[in-house]
Amino acid sequence: MPTEPIWIARDLSKCSGCRRCEIACSLFHEKRVWPEASRIRVFMFVPGTDFPHFCAQCEGYPCVGACPTNALSVNNETSAVLVDPEKCSACGQCIDACPGRIPHMHPKENHILICDLCGGDPQCVKACQEGLWNVLQKVARTWYTYNQTLYARKPEEIARDLAAKIYGEQGKEFL
Amino acid sequence: MIPGYAGKCLEVDLSTGDIKDIKFADDVLREYVGGRGLAAKILWDRLGSKWETVDPLGSENILLLLTGPLTGYFPGGRTCVSGKSPQSNGVVGSTLSGEFGIELRCAGYDGIVVTGQAEEPVYLYVKDSDAEIRDAGAVWGKDAKQTVAALTRECRGLLQDRFPGKGEWKEPSMLYIGPAGENKVRTAIVGAKWTHAAGYGGYGAVMGSKRLKAVVVKGSGALPEVNSLEKILQLNEIVSADVYRNELWRRWGTGYLGYEVASKKSSEPVKNWQEEWHDKKSLGVDQYENKFWVKSYWGDFGCPTTCLKIAVIKEGKHKGAVTDAPDYELQAYLGPNLGIYTPEDIVFLSSLINDLGLCGLQTGNTLGFAAELFQRGILTKDDLDGIEPVWGSTEAFEVLARKIAHREGIGDILAEGAARAALKIGKIKNIDVSPYAVHVAGIGVGAHGIRSGKDYPQIISYACSVQGGDHTSTAYLPLSDPSSELAMIFHDSAVYCWFNMYYSEPKLKFDFYEAATGQESSQNDWDNIKALRILQLQRAMLLLGGPDLKWNLKTHDDNPQRFYEPLPSGPFKCKTVDRSRVEKERRQYYQAVGWDENGMPTTQVLKKLGLESVDTALRKLR
Repeated sequence: MPTEPIWIARDLSKCSGCRRCEIACSLFHEKRVWPEASRIRVFMFVPGTDFPHFCAQCEGYPCVGACPTNALSVNNETSAVLVDPEKCSACGQCIDACPGRIPHMHPKENHILICDLCGGDPQCVKACQEGLWNVLQKVARTWYTYNQTLYARKPEEIARDLAAKIYGEQGKEFL
Repeated sequence: MIPGYAGKCLEVDLSTGDIKDIKFADDVLREYVGGRGLAAKILWDRLGSKWETVDPLGSENILLLLTGPLTGYFPGGRTCVSGKSPQSNGVVGSTLSGEFGIELRCAGYDGIVVTGQAEEPVYLYVKDSDAEIRDAGAVWGKDAKQTVAALTRECRGLLQDRFPGKGEWKEPSMLYIGPAGENKVRTAIVGAKWTHAAGYGGYGAVMGSKRLKAVVVKGSGALPEVNSLEKILQLNEIVSADVYRNELWRRWGTGYLGYEVASKKSSEPVKNWQEEWHDKKSLGVDQYENKFWVKSYWGDFGCPTTCLKIAVIKEGKHKGAVTDAPDYELQAYLGPNLGIYTPEDIVFLSSLINDLGLCGLQTGNTLGFAAELFQRGILTKDDLDGIEPVWGSTEAFEVLARKIAHREGIGDILAEGAARAALKIGKIKNIDVSPYAVHVAGIGVGAHGIRSGKDYPQIISYACSVQGGDHTSTAYLPLSDPSSELAMIFHDSAVYCWFNMYYSEPKLKFDFYEAATGQESSQNDWDNIKALRILQLQRAMLLLGGPDLKWNLKTHDDNPQRFYEPLPSGPFKCKTVDRSRVEKERRQYYQAVGWDENGMPTTQVLKKLGLESVDTALRKLR
């Protein structure tokens, strides 16, 4: 499907924790309901601070640059990072290169998992919009000129921020 | 193997430390499904022959954490907690929301069977097929929020350390108890995610008696394969569309009922059910929404409703309180039932109850009972360790709740729940205080009265239920009604959230079961055979009772005495429940489910259902 580069805008503190994005993602990519194999994963270190964690398509794509086997590439049509499972050696260097440590290994197969934007029609966004939670929204990357690299943050960092935003000072006690 | 199941359960003996996998025959799964049904079967097979001698809080009891074939597939994941109930001495299928059941199935297990008793506090950690019993000394005594934080850190640390090349691990899911469970309080919950509770049954006390602080699970596999994923997804779409069309529960959860059930239906507990009506506009759901909610839609795995809301108090004397909405039941039982009409105080008490690991309903029921005895001068300030629980005194109820959780002073008696506390106080005071304990079979009735006839329960709903006062499992005629106990046995055995079934065609749940398991199913088959079989098992174990309490067949299938007093206020003033109508409908119910005129399952029905052993065991009661 020809498409334009897109980005998934995210409003993390509104996440309901329903995890229907995980279900949609794993059904699309694995034909199973498989939370740990979902490319988008909802973390909940503190109840109520549930948030989806997935590729932000950084400017410069540090993960792609770090891959020693050329298993990662950028799809220019969508802006997504694509994984070639045949070439991937599961070395994990892309995890360390990612400012948010977002890529994770497939739970059963020997390769990394990174959001591929479903070829331009992200299923997680559909699931989230359908229920009117609107935490995830598909936007045109052309007009969304903010540096997406800033969105690639570690789950601990996001959890800490959301806990403070939602629970105030006592948020850190909950971590 | 039947599709839809992981195909094995984990069995852990805390006395010996033995851990093994166990399997159930396909026929057993076909007949008892999972969750509540399978729990009844396991408990009957293992403990049935000596049921009346088994102490629910002794090492002989079995704790069951079970999923069903629809868990994770039907929108809204739950887990069923069961065992011999320290409240009813029977069996309650007590379900709670969260990802625990999903993690368990993704780890390759349909459930966990816990036997024995640990010598020191422990928790169970399960990562796929590996399970280990770990020291819980550091979290014993900790409240819900502290426990969740500490064990999330510790167990996620284990994942990161043991599987470092996998990237960042999501936290595992857990069930835990608070201080109340540790102290074997009969109104203690098994909790998840701070605010989620398996309350009915009192299984927090069972976990406490086993010195089991928590069970933590991470499963990295997919959900078990089903017969037709395509069909499941189609049905899932219908259920979700039905939910999305009905915005009420999504927007306000059950919290909006706090005002509605009282003002319009006169069916809310007010001052220990002395009244069921109020018109306190301060309890409008917007008062919670605008002042306290920091999250308006919160839910669990796959849920389209997300009926939970998170309330936080950010200023004033209750600053720092965090709870869900609160939902209707807690709002009613910790609010009007205690003469409290201030949302802030109700949020605070709900948060406290969560932290202590108490059940808001059962403990609210007991607190109301104590307050009425104080009102009547039966319990004095001296009896209550200097506390004066006048209606509306939030501080007094706060102190009493803490005493209950720690079994301190008067709290040690009230920790037994209203039914048992009434017997103890009655002995001490030499006066019958049972009429003030609003329970059926040791289980405080849910926050839905029957006197006005305007809410959903029927006049026999609690009286004839095999789970007593449980408002989520109501005896109901006709048996095919979506509100009947047989329908509830389906939800609790297939194990999913029935709120998401509320707006869909009743038949859909059977289609869902067929799509998952490939086994034929119908309303007829369910009502006349399978559910009826599970019901008889639960009935038999309830009637056999326990070492401390047995239910008198002739008198216990009845409403609390309070429900025969006329309503003193509101638009249905003077309305009450007619005893002769209860007798008539009870006879009809007995007949419908195959019980004789005394409520005893008949030999004929038990034999037809293949329950000869139950018939033999019940002979001593006939």
